[in-house]
Amino acid sequence: MKESLNILTRGLVQENPVTKMLLGLCPVLAVTTSAVNGLGMGLATTFVLLGSNMVISLTSKLIPDTVRIPSFVLIIATFVTIVDMLIKAFSPELNQSLGIFIPLIVVNCIILGRAEAFASRSGLWYSMLDAIGMGAGFTLSLLLLSSIREILGAGTIFNMPLVGEDASTILVFALPPGAFASLGAIIALMNALEKKKGAAA
Amino acid sequence: MTEYLLIIVSAVFVNNVVFARFLGICPYLGVSKKLDTALGMGFAVTFVMTISTAITYVLYYGILVPYKIEFMQTVMYILVIASLVQLVEIVLKKVSKSLYSALGIYLPLITTNCAILGVALLAIQEKYSLLLSVLFAFFSAVGFILAIVIFAGIRERLEDADIPKPFKNVPIGLISAAILSLAFMGFSGLVK
Repeated sequence: MKESLNILTRGLVQENPVTKMLLGLCPVLAVTTSAVNGLGMGLATTFVLLGSNMVISLTSKLIPDTVRIPSFVLIIATFVTIVDMLIKAFSPELNQSLGIFIPLIVVNCIILGRAEAFASRSGLWYSMLDAIGMGAGFTLSLLLLSSIREILGAGTIFNMPLVGEDASTILVFALPPGAFASLGAIIALMNALEKKKGAAA
Repeated sequence: MTEYLLIIVSAVFVNNVVFARFLGICPYLGVSKKLDTALGMGFAVTFVMTISTAITYVLYYGILVPYKIEFMQTVMYILVIASLVQLVEIVLKKVSKSLYSALGIYLPLITTNCAILGVALLAIQEKYSLLLSVLFAFFSAVGFILAIVIFAGIRERLEDADIPKPFKNVPIGLISAAILSLAFMGFSGLVK
């Protein structure tokens, strides 16, 4: 029980894929112009992660070691295609704003990383928990970054206005430089907080 | 002629893969600590990106479109890129020992470089012709080299700088990237 809980929660902060392990930064920077996009990307990635972790954990004994990585990539690509078709069917707007970053989930290192480091050598239950935990951590980071950028850059959150219409916003946060700078600041903040916690303990 | 020129300027400066499209951030942050490794990675990316875009373009219009199985795009592209990287590695090993030892260690990393897949997908999305796609891929890679080499130069300077502890390494790297990307935004407006 304790083990399960540990696997489920470690992705949130301690081993957060974005702020701690710096994996999958391309979609993190690219799609976080609004909170809706960030959340959509996070959930899509979590879905792929869950699917691929499950299939890989079940089939890892059948796959010969030499063709391991190509097989993993194929399994991941299958789930990405499913997500791509689902988003196209149910939310054309999200499809429009996420653009090529949906097919690019294939090369998100978080997914191959978890497949290789965890799912291929763990049972189904733990692999599922790991996928949910890591996916949640990824989604959380995306949501945080995209909220900051949407609030500062557009003055809205989830498309709801926070400031008056004539208030000026800091447009640069909605543009590429804002993505780099905000993420840098978030990681620095996490580092500082961790150091404080380490000193107190 | 102007069309070609516009694509070149756009791919290198205005829509730079790293600063405007956010592709290939992992190698951009990962192998930019030294100038020569950054250059090596840049050349390896150029090589694979140009070839893979040409091959995927031909396969897309030659196989996927006639049989109406465009939804297989992602699966096919990643397979082509992964096997192409292996092939390039094998061929380089046989043909040119010196080039292999220079690029060798970067090649396996390239499979998971999203810039390769991203540019191949973009070329289809923009409905470029084959020649334009190859040109687009090659100059996108040049844009990548430009970005990673400038960044490596900055990072070598940052090594000796007195940086607040929480900002060491990646955070200051990201902040520098932000300033660089701000500078690159000065190019926007050159191409519509």
